[in-house]
Amino acid sequence: MSDISQTATLQGKPQPDPAGPAVAAMLEELEEGSSLWKDAWARLRKNKLALTSLFLFILIVLFCVVGPFLSPYDSQAQDLFVGAEGPSAAHWFGTDTLGRDLLVRVMEGGRISLLVGLVATTVSLMIGVIFGAVAGYMGGRVDAAMMRFVDLLYALPFTIFVILLMVAFGRSLWLMFVAIGCVEWLTMARIVRSGVIGLKKQEFVEAAVSLGYSHTRIILRHLIPNVLGPVIVISTLTVPAVMLLEAFLSFLGLGVQPPFASWGVLINEGQQNMEIFPWLLIFPAFFFALTLFCLNFLGDGLRDALDPKSAKD
Amino acid sequence: MLKFVAGRLLQGILVLLAIYAVTFFLVAATPGSPFSSERAIRPEILAQIEAFYGYDKPVFERFMTSLGNALSGEFGPSAVYANRSVTDIIAESFPVSLKLGALSLLLAMALGIPAGIIAAVKRNTWLDYVPMSAAMVGICLPTFVMGPMLALVFGIILKLLPVAGWFGPEFWILPAATLGLVYAAYFARLTRGGMLEMLNQDWVRTARAKGVKETTIIWRHCLKGGLMPAVTFLGPALAGIISGSFVVETIFQVPGLGQWFVRGALNRDDFLILGLTVLFATLIVIMNLLVDIVQVALNPRLKYE
Repeated sequence: MSDISQTATLQGKPQPDPAGPAVAAMLEELEEGSSLWKDAWARLRKNKLALTSLFLFILIVLFCVVGPFLSPYDSQAQDLFVGAEGPSAAHWFGTDTLGRDLLVRVMEGGRISLLVGLVATTVSLMIGVIFGAVAGYMGGRVDAAMMRFVDLLYALPFTIFVILLMVAFGRSLWLMFVAIGCVEWLTMARIVRSGVIGLKKQEFVEAAVSLGYSHTRIILRHLIPNVLGPVIVISTLTVPAVMLLEAFLSFLGLGVQPPFASWGVLINEGQQNMEIFPWLLIFPAFFFALTLFCLNFLGDGLRDALDPKSAKD
Repeated sequence: MLKFVAGRLLQGILVLLAIYAVTFFLVAATPGSPFSSERAIRPEILAQIEAFYGYDKPVFERFMTSLGNALSGEFGPSAVYANRSVTDIIAESFPVSLKLGALSLLLAMALGIPAGIIAAVKRNTWLDYVPMSAAMVGICLPTFVMGPMLALVFGIILKLLPVAGWFGPEFWILPAATLGLVYAAYFARLTRGGMLEMLNQDWVRTARAKGVKETTIIWRHCLKGGLMPAVTFLGPALAGIISGSFVVETIFQVPGLGQWFVRGALNRDDFLILGLTVLFATLIVIMNLLVDIVQVALNPRLKYE
């Protein structure tokens, strides 16, 4: 990990230009030819599975975000005379037991599920990156204590605590986002810490220290930007993890509450009626599983692309 | 070794105490009370109920009493199910959950570890690709999608297996499979990774150069180290199986602890939540302790880290 970050720093810094424009152009070309992000993109482009996943994921996001505007139905509008009916020309995914159009419900449920993914991942990103960077940068006893704390948390039954939090503070949507984010930052902290430990002995950090920059500035401006590669990879893999946790809570009735619905809620409704109305289970489960697939494959692909050395077999 | 185990044991006890305190105060801080209901209760009666459960005392005093009781194995009465104590509920449902959990974990290891070893040894052949693709699918499919799908296919369409209840071995298959398959996938991936790392070591090359048989290399030289990641994963796997049991027991109507926990959380049954959280945490702490010991036994260098 550290060697990649090293490359990134070398490339990231403007090179002095002693030998005139010709050399500058050469340098530029060289720089362009071997930039970390270009390399990564080239590697990712060769990975058909990851590219397909990216494409599908973008389609799913568009489907959920734009879709409801195009549909003639309102996700809350009940039609008890229709009741639950299988897929038809009018209702492509059929209707649920209250006669609501399932297509719109899947799209709007997807919005909430994806929103959880985004918000909770952001929360976990902030906690994990700062915690890991501080631990790695401080080193010594502070680091040992902070990492022991992470080890301890790793061993705890976290899902149970999220459930307790939901019980204690009511089932508010935003609270759930934050609660989920608060338990999914451990891997991020570990990765960032090991990256920072590799970086902090390098000359540019020494230079920053001798220039008298504050610790905060060194951590925020010099160290964190250099561990961006692994951070992106872990974030991509955190999104499906938090979506899974949200759906898990919603499935148990402890997460998203009516009138809102997420994919977890829809899967739960479908599961209760699957013997008679299997489509109520199949459509939301399909979209949820497909999204998880895409994000996991994309995350794996990004890991291979950004961080070829640590690629897991 | 003894010192190491004693240290970990002490740490485990501290963690459990911390969990107990956090859970207790979290539940105590929850607005409302487990005794408020839709029907209006006369204030005197409510006061009497609260006095019976000790809710009229200050929080800290309640904490000390409940901790004292918990240490003697008594988690108090259920606040919602009258005349049943949490200990009764645990005694009744724990065997069910234990059986489900043990079956799932065994299934996960029995499927995952051999698949991982084979995939590592036969790297880049179909014996590698097919199980590893299946493992990716297993990891992506959450229990609450896998469960209903298995029930739909094997229970409702093919009518091979019962989909609800817990009355005999045929009822165990679907819940245990739902819970175990996900973790089989993790075990397979971890074992494959661990074995590959071992097989790429220099001493494996030396052994091959000396003409040691391939089976000996795999069984004698690589297996112990290659299984390390899978052993480390046992702790998280148990935690996952416990939270997975909340879903699986709900889907398949299994009368185990998971269902009670979900019901307790939905009904705000303070004592039940507290008792079950502590029980789950104890199980996980014990499992982690065992994993630590096994790891050190497999690799004595770890003791000094």
